[in-house]
Amino acid sequence: MHRGLLTYLLRRLLLAAVLVFAVASAALVLVEAAPGDAVDGFDLDPAVAAAERHRLGLDRPFLVRYRDWVSRAVRLDLGESVKYGRPVGQLIGERAKKTALLGSTALLVATLVGLPLGVFTGSRRNAATAVAGALSLILVSVPPLVTSFVLLVLAARTGWFPVGGFPASGDATSLATTMTYLALPALALALPVAATLERLQSQAIREALEEPSVRAALARGCSVGRVTWRHAFRLSLKPVLAIYGVIVGGLLSGSFAVEIVTSWPGLGALMYEGLVSRDLYLVAGCAAAGSIFLALGILLSDVALALADPRTGGAA
Amino acid sequence: MIGRASRERSARRAGVALGLALGTFAIAGPWLTSHRPAEQFPDSVYAPPMRPRVRDESGRFRMPFVYALRLESRLEHRFVEDRGRIMPLRLFRNGAILSVDPTDGSPWFPLGADALGRDQLARLAWGTRLSLGVALGAALGALVVGAIVGGLAGYAGGVIDEGLMRAADVVIALPAVYMVLALRAAMPLVLTTSEVFWTMVVVLAAVGWPFPARGVRAVVAAERVREYAEAARAIGASGTRILLGHLLPAARGFLVVQTTLLVPAFVLAEATLSFVGLGFAEPIPSWGSMLRDAGRGRTPVDAPWLLAPAAAIVLSALAVNLAAGAVVPSTAPPAGRGL
Repeated sequence: MHRGLLTYLLRRLLLAAVLVFAVASAALVLVEAAPGDAVDGFDLDPAVAAAERHRLGLDRPFLVRYRDWVSRAVRLDLGESVKYGRPVGQLIGERAKKTALLGSTALLVATLVGLPLGVFTGSRRNAATAVAGALSLILVSVPPLVTSFVLLVLAARTGWFPVGGFPASGDATSLATTMTYLALPALALALPVAATLERLQSQAIREALEEPSVRAALARGCSVGRVTWRHAFRLSLKPVLAIYGVIVGGLLSGSFAVEIVTSWPGLGALMYEGLVSRDLYLVAGCAAAGSIFLALGILLSDVALALADPRTGGAA
Repeated sequence: MIGRASRERSARRAGVALGLALGTFAIAGPWLTSHRPAEQFPDSVYAPPMRPRVRDESGRFRMPFVYALRLESRLEHRFVEDRGRIMPLRLFRNGAILSVDPTDGSPWFPLGADALGRDQLARLAWGTRLSLGVALGAALGALVVGAIVGGLAGYAGGVIDEGLMRAADVVIALPAVYMVLALRAAMPLVLTTSEVFWTMVVVLAAVGWPFPARGVRAVVAAERVREYAEAARAIGASGTRILLGHLLPAARGFLVVQTTLLVPAFVLAEATLSFVGLGFAEPIPSWGSMLRDAGRGRTPVDAPWLLAPAAAIVLSALAVNLAAGAVVPSTAPPAGRGL
């Protein structure tokens, strides 16, 4: 194992840990600073509310509570949600899985559609590629908030997919059921990303085809298809992979909108519920989980970028 | 065969034209209709859009008019055009460019009416002002803060540079939606319209500034050592003057590109926040709060004209993407994380 890579990874992980902690703390402070607290939402008798605050420890000074939260958080105990009356860690575990499923499915679909289509539109010019290019230029401008709306209308009119939501029985549901419920939100999230990837890949392959190495391969008499898919595609991967770190951030944002519109029980929806009910520890936990997703996504895309770079030749 | 260059040029032109059209609509929109955005017409709940016509039933051409709507079923919100009642369109009357006289029968809803019988066009016009206003204000804020921070970092170098750029890196690595939500949630849930406006501008600018800052820093750091900057220093110009008068103008092109990335991202951010109920609230129309209304129950299926704000969001992004000659689209870097 290369020591350089190991220390690099360790440093990145350490930085990410610090960042996650900072995000969670910031979220905690911000929600604390907001007027009202979690007990207000229940519309209780003042005496009962005071007792409830005492039971939850909300009457203690913020700094004391923050210290307690930190000392528990390092042991991965994120506190208890007032709204749900359950440990935050457990809640996040359930919901983060749904967001990860949604995001990774969308990314996979977008990659499988966007990259080949981009190679196709970038390597030749005819009516079909012009139409595909124009279509994805439009699709790039349609955010997940809008695609999920449009798909919902489509689903309601045609009855092809369940109109949002997720079966309540949770983990007991079969793969097939999960897939049918996943189809609409995942497609809503994937469409703009697929269009983005198509545009980038198209541009990248066009530039790669001008490279001397690719010209040389053509001059040697390699077939155009082989040169496009083997030589130029490899060259074009670098600018495309570089975008993946950013796309993960976009997916997280887009996923929030999609989750709310289609009632997909994910992390973003959970964070929103926590915010509205002033559920301190729930919000902090969700913010932490969100930044873990983002840090992980950026790290993975950096590693993929290093592996795809011909100069490191996959040995990095 | 049309060349690539000319196709790109016409795409840019189309984008600019679309952007200008949206801007004009934001400014002049409220005069397109005689109704106010909060005005309710109980008899016109979910009234469909009413198309202006120039030919009547008998195929005869006449001055532009609309048919009055007759409520056929109040329960199902079913309307039919009353072919017998012709309402002529009047120019510059009733405080609008085009309108029908209230005495002619039913009110005219060019884009239909919503669940409370409010004129969708009036709401869209006012909403466009708010939504574009928030996005432009936040973009301006992010650019100004970014230019100051980036300029300072690039000009000063050393510890200041290191510190400011690490701070920018941290903000960029934050999950933007979650931070915007948390920042917004630090304010009371119910705010007045102008409070919402400025809260959103500040929150979005706070998340967006690092993107321009990084680029401006790179430009300023590179330009600082060029001869013209040296010359300015040699004749005794102050640091502020060199930075503002000589170095920042070099980053102008970069800042324009940043604007095209930030504005669509912020339009979407406003829409998302208002959509989930953390932005503009009833009865104030913005693209997001109108979409929130449209999303209730089965209304987008039964009354698709309520999705007009979604079309507006798409058109605003399309205008920028076309005008910027976007190969790298606005949903991608660097503003993609700005929600």
